[in-house]
Amino acid sequence: MNKQHYNFAYLDEQTKRMIRRAILKGIAVPGYQVPFASREMPMPYGWGTGGVQVTAAVLGRDDVLKVIDQGSDDTTNAVAIRGFFKKTAGVETTTQTREATVIQTRHRIPEEPLKAHQILVYQVPIPEPLRFLEPRETETRKMHALSEYGLMHVKLYEDITRHGHIATTYAYPVQVDGHYVMDPSPTPKFDNPKMQRMAALQLFGAGREKRIYAIPPHTEVVSLDFDDHPFSIQQWDRPCELCGARDSYLDEIVLDDKGKRMFACSDTDHCERRQSAQGEARHG
Amino acid sequence: MYVAVKGGEKAIAEAHRLLAEDRRGDPDVAEIGTDQIASQLTLAVDRAMAEGSLYDRGLAALAIKQARGDLIEAIFLLRAYRTTLPRFGYSAPLETQDMLLRRRVSAVFKDLPGGQILGPTFDYTHRLLDFDLESPGEMPDAESFDADVVHGTVPRITDLINNEDGMIEPDVRSDPEVEPDDLTREPLAFPADRSLRLQALARGDEGFLLALGYSTQRGYARTHPFAGEIRFGMVEVEFFVEELGFAVTLGRVSVTECQMVTQFRGTPTQPAQFTRGYGLVFGQSERKSMSMALVDRALRRAEFDEDLVASAQDEEFVLSHCDNIQATGFIEHLKLPHYVDFQAELELLRKIRRGQDERNAAQEAAE
Amino acid sequence: MGAMSTAIQRGFDDPVHDSQRAFRAIMAALAEPGLEMALDVPAFVPEPLHPAAATILLTLCDYDTPVHLEGVLAARQGVRDFLGFNTGAPLAAGPAEAAFAVAGYNGGLPDPTQFSQGTAEYPDRSTTLILALGDARPGQAVGLRGPGIADMRTTSLPGIDHAYWRVLANNRAAYPLGIDVIFTMGRRIVGLPRSTRIAIQGG
Repeated sequence: MNKQHYNFAYLDEQTKRMIRRAILKGIAVPGYQVPFASREMPMPYGWGTGGVQVTAAVLGRDDVLKVIDQGSDDTTNAVAIRGFFKKTAGVETTTQTREATVIQTRHRIPEEPLKAHQILVYQVPIPEPLRFLEPRETETRKMHALSEYGLMHVKLYEDITRHGHIATTYAYPVQVDGHYVMDPSPTPKFDNPKMQRMAALQLFGAGREKRIYAIPPHTEVVSLDFDDHPFSIQQWDRPCELCGARDSYLDEIVLDDKGKRMFACSDTDHCERRQSAQGEARHG
Repeated sequence: MYVAVKGGEKAIAEAHRLLAEDRRGDPDVAEIGTDQIASQLTLAVDRAMAEGSLYDRGLAALAIKQARGDLIEAIFLLRAYRTTLPRFGYSAPLETQDMLLRRRVSAVFKDLPGGQILGPTFDYTHRLLDFDLESPGEMPDAESFDADVVHGTVPRITDLINNEDGMIEPDVRSDPEVEPDDLTREPLAFPADRSLRLQALARGDEGFLLALGYSTQRGYARTHPFAGEIRFGMVEVEFFVEELGFAVTLGRVSVTECQMVTQFRGTPTQPAQFTRGYGLVFGQSERKSMSMALVDRALRRAEFDEDLVASAQDEEFVLSHCDNIQATGFIEHLKLPHYVDFQAELELLRKIRRGQDERNAAQEAAE
Repeated sequence: MGAMSTAIQRGFDDPVHDSQRAFRAIMAALAEPGLEMALDVPAFVPEPLHPAAATILLTLCDYDTPVHLEGVLAARQGVRDFLGFNTGAPLAAGPAEAAFAVAGYNGGLPDPTQFSQGTAEYPDRSTTLILALGDARPGQAVGLRGPGIADMRTTSLPGIDHAYWRVLANNRAAYPLGIDVIFTMGRRIVGLPRSTRIAIQGG
């Protein structure tokens, strides 16, 4: 791509304004999915076009951008998106969570608590939490308007009667500020508690489905559950084999064809930071 | 030991290099020129322009070359290019009765004013591989090229039928005061009006519309269609200039228009009459314009009090899934890593299995 | 139109980056209700528009956003030219048709219910009110709670008394319907989205 032919951060100013207006509405009505006229981006739908459009609309020359996919800065799609903004906006990029002002993510929330004035941009494939219970947009919109979420509770409760627990492991629905039920994107439910009263602003972009939504800092974000079956997150009976963390989300890595496996942090920045701290402690 | 799924910039660059190599193919074979694509693979160019929503033969040819002939990939390239273009305004509606006709056929009257014009069509060819095309041949007789272009106004079939006591529903002229919706500028909201539906169908995937149109013929929301008229040719595009106070011609585009005429037995409030389905596509594509007309008519079920019984009538279903750029992106995104969620599901399965094993063991112990 | 001065034609010096910076400040104001933010403002701002209001209009408006100008503003050719020339935004047929409304210049505070409140299914189809506070009198202090606020944020805005806080508090009555307000004070702004709960002491 010849960058002279494109505007700063790729999008034209009219498109940015339209996206920015949608973001402001999303912030004013937390958890509500604001329709926006998503553009065709130079990357396929389903590969983060919503997140990319949101990032392009907020990004400025002084920002420091981090892009992760599956918690890692090195996965191909994260590399491609980071390269896209390096090329079209010339912004500084980083792999360190604490140094980033804008973090675009697919499927994870960093382990390190985010700070005020950071912005977390989620790539969202299906923004409608009720979509798999009711495929029609006209119907789900009515349900949100009436705060009618019985269908969702019935679905979760059916899990309990069948399995003894709720069988939703990712994209686990949350209720925002006591009103809208929202899809947190396909992050594992392990990450849901991090959304609750997060100090950073959370923005969600669904390009193909043409929706933007938001959670302002310090907002109540509650995972749906039942009094007798409270929400719980994934736990591992072993620590990360690289950094020893017991409180992070672990990837299972198959080492051979005889069932040998190892477990390591999915958040590579978190893991590396812990390893280097341990190295310093040993040597210093 | 631990090797993460590190794609890295190097691997990506290498993949791009391999792609460029495969695109070029055998270096002993002359490289294909975009001019050759534009002038000899015209129907591929037409499809790329139609579904790419961008009328530019040169760019479409370039996109096809870059996409190695993958038309959906070419359409994607055109869409992504189009979306950044500044927009100066909206053209006046095309006047297709003034089309410079290269082809015009009607299946409902043996003869009609303006006549039947066969034009360039595969219709009556024998589908036998023509091995003469394997090597460069002689130029076809050049004199016949423009001889069959019909100039002047040729009335559209539906205007002719309508002369007879409203045997066909009136053609709703759009209100010039009301700007039609534009789904490239406004997010799609349901219910969608017909102008928006037609826009979505015109950009929609030919194969998807073909299958849906076909399904209506096989009884999934049957509409008893007749191909009232199909015409293909060049139409002038006019743009109304506010400062001048009149419209100026920007140029000509080639389009295929299909007016499908379908039966309707009437309701207590509506007379029995023929109804319409409409298709309009950039370039020459009768398959697409006819499919579009069938689906347009099926989607008008609410206007005619028809029950919702099939997918082709369901605007949320059709409009949400007809765009091949959206569809291919979401299907192909399954190639992206999903191991965080897969891990979550794996742990869940293990937990469910443990529960089952414990229950089975308890049962066995009890027996 | 012919008499338009070159000064009117000047919006942002650097539209791409000026509007990006302004947007981030506006976004921060709505994401953290009650928190004061300062905007960079254009070199030329037509009287009597607050510089911050001019920046907001330049940042967010275009031909897709009908703008309602309060009577005294609509009467000013300079304001209309500034808006029309720099943004292309049409004037709204009325306050209920407006994507953005600019008010607070008439010597009074507007009734929020005259603006579009959105619909139950599309609450985003509501007006954003850009409300000028000119009064130097310190206003009544209130407590704000809700999204964007860690616990409670005590705030007071010049010229907003007990009665008008009650009017604003009532904006939440039909949540998620309602308007979002951006107060302007010269080049400073404070956001008050519809999600904010307003606790009025002694109220």
